Order: sequence, then C-alpha cells, then structure tokens
Amino acid sequence: MSTTSLHPNAAAPMGSERFYLKEEHHVENGTLLGFWLYLMSDCLIFACLFAVYGVLGRSYAAGPSGADLFDLPLVALNTSMLLFSSITYGFSVLEMQKNRVKPMLFWLAVTGLFGAAFLFFELYEFAHLIHEGAGPQRSAFLSSFFTLVGTHGLHVTFGIVWLIVLMVQVGRFGLTNANRRRLYCLSLFWHFLDVVWIGVFTFVYLMGSMA
Amino acid sequence: MDFKTLLLGRLGWDAIPFHEPILLVTFAMVALGGAVVLGALTYFKLWGYLWREWFTSIDHKKIGIMYMVLGIIMLLRGFADAAMMRMQQAISFGDNAGVLPPHHYDQIFTAHGVIMIFFVAMPLVTGLMNYVVPLQIGARDVAFPFLNNFSFWMTTSGAVLVMMSLFVGEFARTGWLAYPPLSGILASPDVGVDYYIWSLQIAGIGTLLSGVNLLVTIVKMRAPGMGLMRMPIFTWTALCTNTLIIAAFPVLTAVLALLSLDRYVGTNFFSNDFGGNAMMYVNLIWIWGHPEVYILVLPVFGVFSEVVATFSSKRLFGYASMVYATLVITILSYLVWLHHFFTMGSGASVNSFFGITTMIISIPTGAKIFNWLFTMYRGRIRFEVPMLWTVGFMVTFVIGGMTGVLLAVPPADFVLHNSLFLIAHFHNVIIGGVLFGLMAGINYWFPKAFGFKLNDFWGRCSFWFWQIGFWFAFAPLYVLGLMGVTRRLSHFEDPSLQIWFQIAAFGAFLIALGIGSFLIQLYVSIRDREKLRDVTGDPWDGRTLEWSTASPPPNYNFAFTPVIHDSDAWWDMKKAGYQRPTGGFIDIHMPKNTGAGIILAGLSTVFGFAMIWHMWLIAGVAFAATLIATIVHTFNYKRDYHIHADEVVRTEAERTRMLAA
Repeated sequence: MSTTSLHPNAAAPMGSERFYLKEEHHVENGTLLGFWLYLMSDCLIFACLFAVYGVLGRSYAAGPSGADLFDLPLVALNTSMLLFSSITYGFSVLEMQKNRVKPMLFWLAVTGLFGAAFLFFELYEFAHLIHEGAGPQRSAFLSSFFTLVGTHGLHVTFGIVWLIVLMVQVGRFGLTNANRRRLYCLSLFWHFLDVVWIGVFTFVYLMGSMA
Repeated sequence: MDFKTLLLGRLGWDAIPFHEPILLVTFAMVALGGAVVLGALTYFKLWGYLWREWFTSIDHKKIGIMYMVLGIIMLLRGFADAAMMRMQQAISFGDNAGVLPPHHYDQIFTAHGVIMIFFVAMPLVTGLMNYVVPLQIGARDVAFPFLNNFSFWMTTSGAVLVMMSLFVGEFARTGWLAYPPLSGILASPDVGVDYYIWSLQIAGIGTLLSGVNLLVTIVKMRAPGMGLMRMPIFTWTALCTNTLIIAAFPVLTAVLALLSLDRYVGTNFFSNDFGGNAMMYVNLIWIWGHPEVYILVLPVFGVFSEVVATFSSKRLFGYASMVYATLVITILSYLVWLHHFFTMGSGASVNSFFGITTMIISIPTGAKIFNWLFTMYRGRIRFEVPMLWTVGFMVTFVIGGMTGVLLAVPPADFVLHNSLFLIAHFHNVIIGGVLFGLMAGINYWFPKAFGFKLNDFWGRCSFWFWQIGFWFAFAPLYVLGLMGVTRRLSHFEDPSLQIWFQIAAFGAFLIALGIGSFLIQLYVSIRDREKLRDVTGDPWDGRTLEWSTASPPPNYNFAFTPVIHDSDAWWDMKKAGYQRPTGGFIDIHMPKNTGAGIILAGLSTVFGFAMIWHMWLIAGVAFAATLIATIVHTFNYKRDYHIHADEVVRTEAERTRMLAA
C-alpha cells in the first residue's frame, strides 16, 4: 500500500529489465593493466634507489670515486647485451603474432642468453670491484652503487627465470591466450628493465665517470 | 661455521623470555587459549571446512571477513600494549619504577604503533574494501581472485611474525618507524629490528598486491552504466586509497630493504660513518608514511559518506565536490611529508612550503565535513549505531584536524615536536577518524555479510564508552604536551604530572569497556541472530548496489549483472518499482579456490623467521621452496569453473521464498 506513495514511479510499468543484463557480462581482462601498475610500483623502488644514489653518489668517504672505478668499455659491452636482448624479445613477439612457435622460442632463447651475458659481465665487474677493496661497505657511494645496479641485476635474474618457465609453458601448452598474455607481461617487464638500465648507464656510469 | 649455527643461527634457549614474568604469563595464556581453539576445531572436525571454505577461498567476501577477523584479533593485542603503557605511566613516578622495565616498555610502544597501523587499521580498511567494493560496482569478484587470497595470507604472515617476537626473542625498541642510527646494527644488534623489518616487508607485499588488485577491479569491472561519476563514494575513496597504496608502499619496501642491507651486509646508507645519511631514511619513510595516513582515512571518509546518506534518507550532498575533495587530498598527501620533521633544519623556505601544503589539506577535508552536515540538514535522520559513530567522528575528528593545523605551523611545531601533544593529535585523528569509521562500517555492513543486524544496545554502549573514553585518555595528553612532556617516557620525576596520567589511564579503562562492549555485541548478536535476522537484504533502506542482493550475498553476488542509471543505483531501482528477476538464469563464470596463497605465505613466514635469526640454510631452502611453489602454481591453468544455471535457480528461488515469508 505505502510502497506506491513512497515510490511514485512504481505504478508505471517502467520495466525492471533495464536494470540488469540478461546475458553474461564480459569483463575486460585486467591483467595487462594490473601488470602495468605493478611495473609502476617497481619503477618507484628504482626511483628511490636513484634518489638515494643522487644523495650519496658523491659520498666517497675518502675512498675511490666512479671516475677511479668504472671501466666504460666493459659497461658499453654490457649495455649492448641488454639492448640487443630487448630487440630480440621484440622479434619473439613478432613471431608470436604470426603464431610461429618455434621461431618465437628461438628468439626467446636468444633473449635469455643476452640477458645471461649481461649478468655475467655485471657479476664480473662486481667481483673485480670487491677484489680491489671497493665493495659495498667501503663508502655510502659504493653502497648506493651496488644496491642500484644490483637490484637491476636481480630483476634481470628473475626475468630470466620467468623467461625459462614461459618457454617450457609455451612448449607444452602452445600459444594459448593465457600464455600470450604472460608473454606480453614479460615483454613489458623486459623492456622496462632496459629503460631502467638506460637511466643507470647515464646517471651512474657516464656522469660518474665525468665526476 | 658449525652445523648448529648454520641450522639455528643465533636462536637459542636464551631467546625465550623465561626471566620476564609478564611475558611468561601472557605466553601461558596464549598457549592455553590457542590449545583450546585448536582442540575445539579438531573436536568439531572443522579443519576441513575451514580449509575448503575459508583458507583457500578466493571469494572476495570471505577474504574480506578474514581480514576483519585478523584486524579485530590484532586490535586486542595492540590495545593490551596501550593499556600497559597507560598503566605504567600512571604509576611510574618518583621512587615507583612501575611494572615495566624500559627495555620492555620500549618494545611495547613500538609494537603498539606497528600493530595498530599495519595489522589493525590496514586489515580492517582492506577488509571493508574487499567486501564492499565488488558489491558496490556490481562485480562477481575482484580482478585477480587468487592474488587477493595471497595478499591476505601475506598480511597474516607479517602479523604472525610480530606475534612470535613476543615469545621468541624480542621486538624492536625503536619506535614504530625504526629511525636509524638507533635501528642500525650498532645500536640494535639483537633481533628486534629484524622482526620489524621482515614482518613489514612480508605484509607489505600483500598490501601492494591488494592495492593493484582493487584498483584494477574498480577500473575494469564496474557494471554497465557505472561511469566514474556514478560510482558510490566509498568506491571512489577506495580507488584513491589503492592508488596511494601503489604509489607509496614501494617506497617503504625500498627504504626497509636499505635498512636491511645496512644491518645484514654492512653497507653505509644510514650509518654515521663512511658518508651515510640517517636523515635520508627519515625522509624516505615519511614519503611512504604520510600517504599511509590518507590510505587509512580516505576509505572511512567513504564509509561516513555512505552512512550519512543512508541514515538521512537523502542523496549525499555535493557528490562531485566530495569526489574532487578526495582527489585533492590524494595528491596533496604526497606534498607534506616533511612536516613530520620540521626540526631537521631544512631551512625556513622549505619548512614554509611544507607547512602551507599541510594547512591546505584542511580545505578539502573541511569541504567533506560540510557536505556531510548538509546531507544531514533537513534529512530524516535515523540515529542507528553507524550514524552515532559518524556524528561522534565529526565532532572528534574536527578537533583532531585543528590541532593538526596547529602542528603544521613550523614555529609551533618546534615547541610541540615529539611531545605528547603530537601523540594526542594523531590519536585524535586515527581513533576519531579511522577507528570510528571502521566501527561505523562494521555496524553498517555486518547485516549484509551475515544476514542479521548487530545488537543495538551493546553497539550504543560500545560507542559511548569509546567516545567518552577517548577524550578522557587523550585530552590529558594535549595538556601534558603543552607542558612540554615528551613521548615514549616510562618514568617521571615531577609528581604534579601524575594526575593527568591517571586521568588518561581512566580513559584507557573506558576504552577497554568500549572494546568489551563490542565483543559482547558480537556475542549477543550471534546468539540472538534469529531475532535480528534480515531477509530483505536491505535492512537500512540503502542506496547503493550492495543492498540490492541477498544478505549474505550468494557467492556469485548478482544473478544478473546490474545496469546502472544513477549514482544511487539501488535507490533509483527502488524508486522505479524494480522487480527482481525470478527466471531466465544462466551459467555463471567464477574463479576456483586454491591453496597456493596460504602455502606461499607460509613459506614466506618461514623465510622471514629464518632471516631474522640468521638461519641461512633454512632461509635458503625456504626461499627456493617459495620460488618453486610459485612456478608450480603458474602451471595451473584451470582457475575457473561455471556455476550451473540450475544452482542459480535454486539459490534465487530460496531468496524469493524468504522475501515472501
């Protein structure tokens, strides 16, 4: 009785159908957005490490400076490994779009090898520095240097682990939608690490060598 | 390194606090209580049920409830710490040393802060968002249901580590933000700070992922017709809060990682030697810490907006200005961090900048208060329990906000910095804001989650004890702060101060009655649930979509996805004489339960514990196991199933029957 007076439109046959969908509502997959947001949060971690390096990067504590330590040709070689790996990941995605599994896996493997080479040179550099007495404990500059570069290296390491797992999964289950999505996520991750490295290369190595 | 050190690190029998009677008694009680609970679960054969229906559940509603349970349990622990502090400060004058030695007292105030922020406020806020947001936007679940379960267990894992520190070793004695050099290895060589670091790092992963999850849910999964400016305000505040989580928590992760490196590897980020800079830690941690307070308070602003509109039976006043105020607060929360340490000495212009930005925040916040008042103006106000908390909030929070503006004036801050005035201020906004809002939210949405209302009488008792107790507990601290008493002291010499601490202790006693009333309220409500039963799903004459479905909602939330034509969608539907569909149901696509979340979080707990105690072998094994378990989980491609239309028909027919009865 009182419902009609409370809800004046109730008497009119408005049709409740306009308030719901009769078929399944297809929600857009949010994985790429979610992964992108994760990458931005990761980017903030790097931003902090860059900021810390910005604050401490000249605190040598009477120890060696970047100009004393950095071996630019080695870093150039290292950088080229990572840049090449980004290109080859791109080739792999192109093959994925053509649905060609074997060439795609080949380029993924090449990407992984370039990544491994990058890590090898980085570890060589670290071992060399520590051997010279310029380890992360030596000064705030070296603490921030090892942490920034090392965090990037750790990301590359996990990227390689992920890449191997994905190769196995694509090999076993083919280019399913789920696997394609994962390949795109790893692609974002890999190129992101490349971009971060450009920052490291410029900000730490090039500017450090000039100091 | 011998085998024992490799296996057990620095853990030995001396880590168990046999010499601390308070801890031993607590331990005995916890062990006894725990044994009773575990025994009861085993006796009633509930383990299988809990595992299948709750622990492995990826249903956002169950995860939301589990977050609330975690938050409430930890509230009891955090409050026990608070009560001990109030007792100690009330009696420890002159020759009386009180009951807590400084070594223990310092752990208590650290644990109190850490627990209340990370393991009470955060789980309760996250729990509310988890439960309510998908329902308000007409979704079936969150965007990443497995991650949601994983996030919850990571938060729990952090809480477990903090609780372990009570009985195995000790907690940090550094204050809740663990400033170096005090938290460095030289001043704090024991495990306390390591417990702090690892519990926050592990819980932080959960928080970050939950932030990503809810943000994607809100951006991608809104029902058709729900444009951004038609979202309920609670969903808007959840959107802003989760943005803040994504943009703030990585900074906490980074700064704690740097502190760990200083402690474990011997780097020099925050040390006094070799070029380290301790103030960099203070800057970084407040770049996380200030947004964090808005992460907590924004969702409860959303709760108040929902409650005020519902119980005034009126559309929220100034919807658009509410949204813009929320966004402005979101942005400004990043531009004020330095007001936590004006005394650092960054100079007049820097301090002025941060003082002014801080004061500006009071403008959008004030706009919100006026919006709530204008919503009530000429509304048909029903003073149900959620509304009581809301009105109590408005009175209390405004005063807390004004003392905040006082502290934002750098010269005043130089006087009041680190004093009990500050303590009174932030409890005024956190209790008067966040806690009151959570209580309003719990009372408001409880009938949605369980199908019966909470007892009114004990709800009112809880409110009045909290409200009055709050002022008794914290008004004296304003006075003491103005007299120059600094925070974190366990002993005083000046007897003229004692009366104020005694009043504060009386306030804490009233708050204890408030918490007790809340627990009784839960007990009485569950006992009388048939009397308090609500079958309509809409006990408060609500306005937003969550009230359009059954209470508790079926696991698919909505038999058909709703279509939205108005920001108060359910109100709009009721006005149009909406008839619930009773046929034509279809299969519903749902995510499947998985045990991966609890397993991964369990391994992370082992890893954290091993790192704290330097058990390198176990830490390595636990880390490898976590990695392998993660990889194994990625091989699980069958993560969803369909609820058959027949089952939907049965569930909906049952609801039709209940509505008719």
